[in-house]
Amino acid sequence: MFDLQILIVFMIICSVVAVETKDLLSAVISIGATGLGLSVCFLLLQAPDLAIVQLVVEILVLVILIRGTVNRDGIDYRRRLWLPLIVSGVFIALFLVCVYYLINELPRFSYPIMKISKTYIADGFKQTGTANTVVAILLNYRLFDTFAGVTVFFASVIGVLTVMRKIGSKK
Amino acid sequence: MIEYFLCFVLFCIGLYAVAVKRNMIKIIIGLSIMGYAINLFFTLIGYVHNAAYPILSKVNITQQTSLNMVDPLPQALVLTAIVIGLAITIILVSISIRLYEKYGTFDITEIRKLKG
Amino acid sequence: MIEEPKTGMNIIVKTVTRLTTGLILLFGIYIVFHGHILSEGGFAGGVVIALSFIHLMLAYGREIVLKKMSEKVSELLGNIGAVIFIIIAVLGLFTGGYLFFDFFGKGKPFNLFSAGLMPLYNIAISLIVGAGLFTVFVTLVFFRSEKK
Repeated sequence: MFDLQILIVFMIICSVVAVETKDLLSAVISIGATGLGLSVCFLLLQAPDLAIVQLVVEILVLVILIRGTVNRDGIDYRRRLWLPLIVSGVFIALFLVCVYYLINELPRFSYPIMKISKTYIADGFKQTGTANTVVAILLNYRLFDTFAGVTVFFASVIGVLTVMRKIGSKK
Repeated sequence: MIEYFLCFVLFCIGLYAVAVKRNMIKIIIGLSIMGYAINLFFTLIGYVHNAAYPILSKVNITQQTSLNMVDPLPQALVLTAIVIGLAITIILVSISIRLYEKYGTFDITEIRKLKG
Repeated sequence: MIEEPKTGMNIIVKTVTRLTTGLILLFGIYIVFHGHILSEGGFAGGVVIALSFIHLMLAYGREIVLKKMSEKVSELLGNIGAVIFIIIAVLGLFTGGYLFFDFFGKGKPFNLFSAGLMPLYNIAISLIVGAGLFTVFVTLVFFRSEKK
């Protein structure tokens, strides 16, 4: 999967630009480029549902970030905090070393262990009546998971309305 | 296995932004990058070599031929996780706008000083 | 010479928006209703429906869209979606004995009305997501400071 590696390196470069650039507008646009690269990654990994959802959600997040925040204050603050920089640098280095040795314990890439998923793929059409196995898992086998996700989303919408409450009702 | 390692490098960039940066918008960006890395890692685990996407067609159902498909379970989990990431982003943006109206800056150290 | 309009963007953007926003709304409704046949129902469809209204609002300004769909109406729609989801879930408790019981038949595969209760769940989820995101966008972007 050489094309996939190139895409992930592209995402890493875009996110480094987004973190380190001075102008906040170009930072937000770079994070949009990272999300669209992730959408193409999902398409290469044979997940068209995820590609559609990621594309649509990324556009909405981009609009909200640009209109909501960058219009107010466009500068970045350059003075660094040295203690968090050193601590997080040491932690990230240790973490990456541990990951490099522990990653061999995982099953090899593109040869996963599919114990439950074989049952879902074989019996999913007969038991649920839909041809799309992802939707069958999402809306029939694991509906409580979807229910929890919708509940969290609804709670966050109510939270936003509560935080913005005083001015929202007044003209 | 190099894909897994690159994925964790992406995660660490987000972690660096959350820990070190002083601007609240940069912190929101770092959290988004961490979410992208986690979603990509779950989908990478479910990939099968030379497999099809997990949607059956009419030919596939009647003939019961090859069922070589990618793992649908991580995709269904990630689909919920993307929506929850959207919810996290909108509530963080609302809190940062509220703090900007109160203190006049996005700098978190200034906010800590003004609290007294 | 064409005059610059008072609110919103210039006339090219307004004309293109008038032509495309209905098609975007129709595509969102198509995604919601065909979620159990092709791919991806409620979440993506709801976000596309919200994006069509946001598109109109970015081009034409705030008041014209709020005349068609006010904040109160969109909040009410989101709450109706949540109530529909709960009612379908609890109906399964009375008919089959456990929550989320599928009391419809499976129907013919690859039809629009098939696969049990999945289209109803998709409609409820799309109502919650679309109306909620529209309300959040109106609240966040057109937020005015109270001091000025």
